[in-house]
Amino acid sequence: MDGLKQRISKAVRGQTQPTQTILSSLLAVEDELGYIPKEAVDEVADFTGSTINDVWAVASFYPNFRFEPPCLHRMEVCWGASCHLTGAREVIQAVLGAAGLQEEGDTSDGKVSVRLNTCLGACAQAPVISVDHHLAGRMTPADARTRVVQLLDESGPAGETNP
Amino acid sequence: MAVSFEELQQEAQSRWQALNAGDRPWVRIGSAMCGQAAGADEVFEALTESLGRNNIPASVSRVGCLGLCFAEPLVDVQFPGGPRVFYANVTPETARQIAERHLAGGSPDLDLAWGYLGDGAGLSNGDASSMLDLSRHPMRAMETRIALRNAGNIDPRDIHQYVATGGYRALHQALTQMTPEETLAQVAGSGLRGRGGAAFSTGTKWRFLAGSNAPVKYILCNCEEGDPGAYNDKGILESDPHTLIEGMILAGYATGATYGYVFIRHGHDGPIEKTRAAVRQAQEMGLLGRGILGSDFDFDIEVALTGDSYVAGEESGLMESIEGHRAMPRYRPPFPAQVGLFGKPSNINNVKTLAYVPEIVANGAEWFSGIGHEQSKGTAILCLSGALNYTGMIEVPLGVNLKDVLYQAAGGVPGGKDLKLVQTGGPLGGVLKAESVDIILDFEVLREAGAILGSGGIIAADEDTCVVDLTRALIAFCQYESCGKCFPCRMGMSHLLEVLERICRMEGVPEDLELMRRVGQDMQSGSLCGHGQLGFNPVASALRHFSDEFQAHIIDRTCPTGRCLEPRYSPRQTRR
Repeated sequence: MDGLKQRISKAVRGQTQPTQTILSSLLAVEDELGYIPKEAVDEVADFTGSTINDVWAVASFYPNFRFEPPCLHRMEVCWGASCHLTGAREVIQAVLGAAGLQEEGDTSDGKVSVRLNTCLGACAQAPVISVDHHLAGRMTPADARTRVVQLLDESGPAGETNP
Repeated sequence: MAVSFEELQQEAQSRWQALNAGDRPWVRIGSAMCGQAAGADEVFEALTESLGRNNIPASVSRVGCLGLCFAEPLVDVQFPGGPRVFYANVTPETARQIAERHLAGGSPDLDLAWGYLGDGAGLSNGDASSMLDLSRHPMRAMETRIALRNAGNIDPRDIHQYVATGGYRALHQALTQMTPEETLAQVAGSGLRGRGGAAFSTGTKWRFLAGSNAPVKYILCNCEEGDPGAYNDKGILESDPHTLIEGMILAGYATGATYGYVFIRHGHDGPIEKTRAAVRQAQEMGLLGRGILGSDFDFDIEVALTGDSYVAGEESGLMESIEGHRAMPRYRPPFPAQVGLFGKPSNINNVKTLAYVPEIVANGAEWFSGIGHEQSKGTAILCLSGALNYTGMIEVPLGVNLKDVLYQAAGGVPGGKDLKLVQTGGPLGGVLKAESVDIILDFEVLREAGAILGSGGIIAADEDTCVVDLTRALIAFCQYESCGKCFPCRMGMSHLLEVLERICRMEGVPEDLELMRRVGQDMQSGSLCGHGQLGFNPVASALRHFSDEFQAHIIDRTCPTGRCLEPRYSPRQTRR
């Protein structure tokens, strides 16, 4: 647990930009850990001279923040209008199906977090997904399914192999 | 490390000469978000690996977006003195072929090459006939490039390339030959209007700020850009961040502000990284900081990040977010020019608006106001997506016909299908049916037609589209993004979504249309910001153009396409 606290403290207190706020501190923690643990809320409150309520208010507002450790991989699927019109629904369906999920969330083996994103910013290549922050466009359901299966098949530290 | 502007220009010129007329070819790889999504990173790796393995000398730059996004990944090869030869939709495999044939041998691979820019006669094998002259490609032929003048042409990470192509000339000119008032007069006289959606006069806005005697004033640049279908702000930052930085410094000089923020959504890594690098370089060169270019003018810039929030792109929500709070709009008055960020007078401008400023100052107000149409001066920077053959980012003079943009520049609808509608101006904008696209791009004309130009996103939908389903998707976005501060928006969006869901399930009742109108009116009159005030627009314009289709769902209980009956997905979690 000390390791976690140290990483949080380093992220929060290691910010270099002149304007440091509750939000910028939370984003620094997210960059470091991929989520906002309870300990980070205390640290950010302390660092910014705010209450933990102030920090929770900000953290709960922006849906990019999550409060449990993320899976090994992060897959985002765009559901913006350009993607919607070019087949995002089928891509989302394929991703959720391959991941064994009914809606956005984490696979039970801790390997893939699936999240819907309002716009990934590459609309000319719609439909777009992103895997571990790397964009991929002109996505087909089959291609999306393959990518999920590859991530699930990878042997990693996050628990059991193929279900 | 601050140098004089003359020294900086000389250094930039000599580097530019070496790049363009040296002993080796220059390879540019389109690597903005659109390029990356098409596989530009893999292409870059394959190409550089092949060059290294085969000892082929070449300079390789990862440039931004040339606008021809549909052809990404684009590889652009230029031998000293020759034209630029383009390869489209390059894969790692073809990237290696380009290295081993064209770059090693000096002659374009005619089996692979797509087109050229420049003098085709300058090709070493003399054969440009099998290649397309890209200046005549429909997507480029209609263009007048001002804000995008360098996009795809220069390395966004290299300040010298920006300076070598005329960059910071306007800033130097303003600081040495013009007063702040004269600088402001150029912008005001040009007729420039904000490109974030409201189309308010930039000169007037700047005068509000210039009129304040407060010691600390801010210039804020809005690149939150959460609109699905628009990526031109990010495109500018990824392609030519220095044009924005120069525009911001000029805005600071004209208004007496000394600090600026560029506000970008966390997670949009390309624009963030390139803007931060550009700010650092400008600081190192004495273009930002104290006593810019030896003058007594101080100005500095910081990149501030927001979390995911569309309302953070609303001007007062933006200020709340920079201050680190929930991105919820403020009451106005007081307006930002009086009480803005951290309580200080502030001006908020969109990326595109500021990106025009260097060229306006360099070429004068009359030059800019000579481009465009009536009260809509200059160009429109459009992002074309959806059911179009040529998707991408183009800059066309205001006053061109939307029909020409869709059917010529964008090449019409793929698969021989018919266009059904276009959605413009982002999720709070509106739709135009195919029969109504014969309309000129002009802020007033489009507003009159119920479809705003907004920030320039144009999404085309073909005949297979169900309007009710599309409207539901737009309202689902608006509902998800409502910040929750004003109850007419918070609850209204949910009500609209519920009613649209019902209509999509063929369970709508005739009273639903009137119910939605009433909800929309309440949202408009009872919300603090544009999100709630304009949030009914997608429904209103769909009803205006496609009331038959809503009637078919409600009365006949049929959908011409069946799309609305398919399952719909949206995020599990909303704002708390």
